[in-house]
Amino acid sequence: MTAPKEKLVVVGNGMAGIGTLEQILKLTDRFDVTVFGSEPYPNYNRIQLSYVLEGSKKVEDIILNPLEWYEENGIELYIGTVVERIDTNRKVVLTEQGEAFHYDHLILATGSKPFILPIPGAELDGVVGFRDIQDCEKMREAARTVRKAAVIGGGLLGLEAAKGLVQLGMEVTVVHLMDKLMERQLDGRAARMLKEELERQGIAFMLETQTKELVGDTRVTGLKFADGHVLEAELVVMAVGIAPNIDIARKSGLMVNRGIVVDDVMRTSEPNIYAVGECCEHREICYGLVAPLFEQGGVLAKHLAGLNPEPYKGSTVSTKLKISGVDVFSAGQFIESEEHQVLTVQDDWKGTYKKVLLKDRKVVGAVLFGDVTDAMVLDKWVKNASEMTQDMYDSIFDGGTCCSGDKKAGLSVEAMDDSEIVCGCNGVTKGTIVEVIQANSFTTVEEIKKCTGATRSCGGCKPMVEQILAYVLGDEFEGGSAKETICACTDCTRDEVVEAIREKKLTHVKEVMIVLGWINPEGCSKCRPAINYYLGMVWPKEHEDELESRFVNERLHANIQKDGTFSVVPRMYGGVTTPGELKKIAEIAEKYEVPMVKVTGGQRIDLLGIKKEDLPSVWAELDMPSGAAYAKGLRTVKTCVGNRFCRFGTQDSIGMGITMEKKYEGLYMPAKFKMAVNGCPRNCAESSNKDLGIVGNDGGWEIYVGGNGGIKARIADLFCKVKSDEELLEICSAFIQYYRENGKYLERTSDWIERVGLETVQKAVIEDKAQRKALVERLEIAISRHRDPWQEAIHNGSLRMNLYEPIEVTLQS
Amino acid sequence: MTTQTMGYIAIGELHQFPPMYGRLVRAGQLEIAVFHTSEGELYALENRTPHAKGGTLVEGIVSGHYVYCPMRDLKIDLRDGKVQEPDDGEVRTFPVRRIGDRLEMGIPDTL
Repeated sequence: MTAPKEKLVVVGNGMAGIGTLEQILKLTDRFDVTVFGSEPYPNYNRIQLSYVLEGSKKVEDIILNPLEWYEENGIELYIGTVVERIDTNRKVVLTEQGEAFHYDHLILATGSKPFILPIPGAELDGVVGFRDIQDCEKMREAARTVRKAAVIGGGLLGLEAAKGLVQLGMEVTVVHLMDKLMERQLDGRAARMLKEELERQGIAFMLETQTKELVGDTRVTGLKFADGHVLEAELVVMAVGIAPNIDIARKSGLMVNRGIVVDDVMRTSEPNIYAVGECCEHREICYGLVAPLFEQGGVLAKHLAGLNPEPYKGSTVSTKLKISGVDVFSAGQFIESEEHQVLTVQDDWKGTYKKVLLKDRKVVGAVLFGDVTDAMVLDKWVKNASEMTQDMYDSIFDGGTCCSGDKKAGLSVEAMDDSEIVCGCNGVTKGTIVEVIQANSFTTVEEIKKCTGATRSCGGCKPMVEQILAYVLGDEFEGGSAKETICACTDCTRDEVVEAIREKKLTHVKEVMIVLGWINPEGCSKCRPAINYYLGMVWPKEHEDELESRFVNERLHANIQKDGTFSVVPRMYGGVTTPGELKKIAEIAEKYEVPMVKVTGGQRIDLLGIKKEDLPSVWAELDMPSGAAYAKGLRTVKTCVGNRFCRFGTQDSIGMGITMEKKYEGLYMPAKFKMAVNGCPRNCAESSNKDLGIVGNDGGWEIYVGGNGGIKARIADLFCKVKSDEELLEICSAFIQYYRENGKYLERTSDWIERVGLETVQKAVIEDKAQRKALVERLEIAISRHRDPWQEAIHNGSLRMNLYEPIEVTLQS
Repeated sequence: MTTQTMGYIAIGELHQFPPMYGRLVRAGQLEIAVFHTSEGELYALENRTPHAKGGTLVEGIVSGHYVYCPMRDLKIDLRDGKVQEPDDGEVRTFPVRRIGDRLEMGIPDTL
């Protein structure tokens, strides 16, 4: 006979309560568990509420523990049920409905409530907090009917709310009492940069402004400030802060201060009652962020499982803002005083700022803006109060400035301690991750996530988890997921396909599919173009481009439009044209009644709406090379005026742009490839969002790589600086070829660089001179195979007929 | 059930339809995409992807007896015009017959 299980009741169905419960379930099965949640949902990821607000995620996307999880673990769940108070004598909790539930152990995880300013009008319709799914729904509802919104509070929550509302199409003003944003997390400079960035994204700000009153009859119509001014607003979000939710504890006679007072194993003043998360107060501190609640939950879980945990000593907190395109991080002490040594670097072009504070040579705080790559390591140093060393300094401040190469040595996952926390949200250490990978032969981040919870909450640690996976698996790692096959037609990965093409000397798409045992004998629209590219990349001389495996645009050498017509963009090297060329284009546009003539983002002229059968004649009359505006390959080299005319120009950007465009035109690459050449650091041709961007200065050129202005914007990384034109061309050629040989089909340089690491590419292209030379040689071979595709279509009669011309038949009546 | 009668019209010779491509046949108001598979089969479909946003079909990648729509990558069975999972929809198909090298397409009289 087994002893009856002890009854464990959890009040609060949020991240703290369920996070603690998950840790308990891992340690013991001695409890019979009941959970009460006031919201009508299973446990969801409150950190990602801002995504629900802006609409990029749905409620079901942020559910952490679906109802099945409760079932599988035998947990009795009461959602939409409010617990009124605890009768500590009878050891029961009483619900609003008057039902009583017995407990042997009770965990309070009631979280916090939005702090509503005690001002007149706070109770009006249209005034909401930003704390739960219901608040999100109210705001989304409002966004459908009204336009003007005000957010009171320029902290983390307020800014996330404001951005969400802007995404929903509202006009948003953030009203903040202090003179800078996020003053509890950022120093003045980072706060200023943040404000400028958010203003660019469409948020208006009123700083040092105190709201005295909300006006309106039944529905709010505006805010009245201390100076008498009024701001019109039909929706007001109060995001001035949160207050621990201590109602139940207070009513039940537990000791409360700001929060429910707990000791170092999370015990409250009453026996067998514990509290974790935002509702509790430990050593006079109430935390409002996610990381501490997992640490607290860990201690409590061990305590309840009878494992005598190390006492909880409090948490060092760090902050990341979850607004897409705005990367902000801070940890520890971020405002300097006389006792600090300040290490700082600010780059206004890249829009980045980095500051590290030392006290007696030990790292005590850090702020990052724009680039938060170093967040993880800084967080660790602050937590450990690590003493700054030359190596550490170099890894943070000396990386990537020139052709140096060995940047970020201190960040290697190999060097990480097993006890180091990788997932701050769920308290998962490197050791745990390594252990589960080895024990279960995991090969994907997804499996690690399911098993440990790492990457599940904010997702910020995903790159680190991927690196650990790659490190543990070594050669077996397939780049992010176990077997990231190129499509569903095969079990092969990109690398396996390329290797087979090389080793077995495969030269046809069909051959690849037969040799590698394709499930679908003729492949699909994903693998066919990919294999065709890899074949051409590996065997530039031998492979004959297979048009039937190309997407329509690359098969017909024009961009298909929604109505089945095409666009024609002739090549204008460096964006330079002549009056004669313009006249010719104008005449052709008139002759073929081109519905639209447009200048493209890449400084070229686009003739839109051309019929397919007219394409070859339009090209013949233009007598200009293809601008390849449709190609997975070099698109355009955008240039500024440079020293030929510009009074600031230091280099001949036009000349260099034309040279490069002539050299690399027609090269197929894994994905489209955009370039820019600038004659001075003013960067008018915008190198920072190009796959390869060149910036000239008095002494030579700077090369930037991996920029992207598209779906996932990314600012380019400084690759290296060179002195001469020859060196510039050599490095560019080697870079392009290295990308051609290592990128996955359709993978832009921005994703590729993040996958393989900037240093890897720098090593291959800059440091290893022999490899650089070999890369350049291979690129030259690829270049030598280039033929202008428009000329081919014009002169190859059967191609022209079969691909471009319709067959006209008459219907007999 | 009513039986439709078909009128067959000549649409060209086999060599005008290279394998693994589609070729556009215009017959009055009708725009037909004729696909030639690597197995030598010929299929005629209305040159319109069933996607709500519209577009043409003839430029799609042909694989076996499927075509991938060039606009939004719907996978369509050439034999019956049915769009494959996870998308749905259907393209109108027309019968094709071969007499020697000559190809003919059937058009219902009601059209």
